Amino acid sequence: MLFKKKKELEPPKREIPEGLFVKCTNCGEMLYKAVLEKNFLVCPKCNYHFRANVEVYKALLLDDGGFSETIASQLESDDPLDFPEYKAKLKQAQASTGLREAAIAGVGTIGGLEVVLFLTDFRFLGGSMGSVYGEIFFRACETARDRNLPLISVTSSGGGARMHEGIFSLMQMVKTTMGVEILNERGLPFISVVCDPTMGGVMASFASLGDLNIAEPGALLGFAGPRVIEQTIKQTLPPGFQRSEFLMQKGFLDMVVPRREMKDTLIKLLDYLGVKHGRS
Amino acid sequence: MFYLEFERPILEIEKEIAELKRIAKDNLEVWGEIRELEERAVKLREKIYLNLNRYQKVQIARHPDRPHTMDYISSVFSDFVEIHGDRSFGDDPSIVCGFATVESYKIVFVGEEKGRSTQDKIFRNFGMPHPEGYRKAIRVIKLADKFGLPVVTFVDTPGAYPGIGAEERGQAQAIAESIKTMLQIAVPVIVVIIGEGGSGGALAIAVGNRIIAMEHAIYSVISPEGCASILWRDSTRSKDAAEALKLTAQDLFEFGIIDEIIPEPLGGAHRAPDVASRYLKEYLVKNLRLYENFDRKKVKDERHSKFRKFGVVIE
Repeated sequence: MLFKKKKELEPPKREIPEGLFVKCTNCGEMLYKAVLEKNFLVCPKCNYHFRANVEVYKALLLDDGGFSETIASQLESDDPLDFPEYKAKLKQAQASTGLREAAIAGVGTIGGLEVVLFLTDFRFLGGSMGSVYGEIFFRACETARDRNLPLISVTSSGGGARMHEGIFSLMQMVKTTMGVEILNERGLPFISVVCDPTMGGVMASFASLGDLNIAEPGALLGFAGPRVIEQTIKQTLPPGFQRSEFLMQKGFLDMVVPRREMKDTLIKLLDYLGVKHGRS
Repeated sequence: MFYLEFERPILEIEKEIAELKRIAKDNLEVWGEIRELEERAVKLREKIYLNLNRYQKVQIARHPDRPHTMDYISSVFSDFVEIHGDRSFGDDPSIVCGFATVESYKIVFVGEEKGRSTQDKIFRNFGMPHPEGYRKAIRVIKLADKFGLPVVTFVDTPGAYPGIGAEERGQAQAIAESIKTMLQIAVPVIVVIIGEGGSGGALAIAVGNRIIAMEHAIYSVISPEGCASILWRDSTRSKDAAEALKLTAQDLFEFGIIDEIIPEPLGGAHRAPDVASRYLKEYLVKNLRLYENFDRKKVKDERHSKFRKFGVVIE
């Protein structure tokens, strides 16, 4: 080929590469991987938050490190549009993550308080929202209603609505919002924890509708992706644009909480919202 | 009149007809030829318009001469009274709101407007709303709920605006709130996709009891250009992306996402706007009639059960 395609700008890698040591994306420090993992993927030197998967959040938040029961974990994606490469991409994502879909939900305890927890995993097609994702969120809300439990969602959904399921993905924005409404009608708490990155259709539906919206530090959060904005306005975006701290300053987040403090913060907030031990 | 690439053969014949008409005077032979050409033009239009591929549909949905919200406001409604502003930041001309009357029905209207002339397009931001546009919509939709008026929305947008100000003012939050409000209200909502249904920016005003689309309208989670650049890193493959996304009114009807398709005159709404308006009005009235003396709880529940079903999963 005569012309080589210009390499697309990739954001700095937040995932943990293979090997014994990891170089911190932010401060460059060589970190012993086991130490980093013990610190829930937060750089001990500069507090940089690496992107974490569902296993990390389960260990971080749940008392027993796992769910006492899962919700709708049998659901699997179909390919309603017969979309190019979708089936293969699903299989590949399943094989590499060991997950069936980008979202999981279950019942567990946080500081002895029983909650429904909804988690998404960026490794699985960018944590994008397709029919199964939307359905699991909705059923998680129904479980919360039936058991009188609060719901906490932790999202890392850079893809927003999943393109491969076309209009069906878009409709999940309404379904998940309906789920939040179920909780609102019952006066049950919904706390939305947004992590790097939560964008597009996820940010423009349930993830923005928590009684409290909390972010991890430095997460990319917003509606349109930075590249799309730059192409539209033909300008470079200022540093920190669409990051957690920016969003809080603009009035769209209640607080930015470091990963290591997330669990204690959630326990405190659930207490303020009237969640009692042994409620269900 | 603007002609799309695949409409060129029609343009050629029309030029020929116009030329012959100019010189025909009372020459019967020439008039015979004109009639013949006119018949050929109709056949050609049928051949082209009844066999459109998905990307051609996208182009018609975005056709610069296609009737927009403002055109339909004047041709379908009477006594339109515009309502401005979100009472917080400003007035977004990309979304037009107001009270309107269609036959015997008084409604609250929300519609996206792309603009016609260059100046108007800039004023309307090419139909790409900012958060204040959605917040204006939320406000008037709540107004409709309070006073028991049905809501009619016209969807026609490339998408919510991707810009600095839009992000700073909470584009995502505004769309989420708009969806939530449309779920909360207890009056009927009729959604008409008149042209381009661009993702979340369209959905924000498209949570309806009835969702209907014009024959050449599209509705998609992402633009074909955006899809192509993600999928193949090549935005010129939008034709393939349009096929993959299955975004035409006919696809959506087959998926059960939309309830009805409003026919358009042959060659698209822009070819005969008055005919298009008549059809649109007919379907709008027909759908509003379904909700005469509606029960507040029932219309809300109906909307919820409708959206509860959307999605395809393997249990």
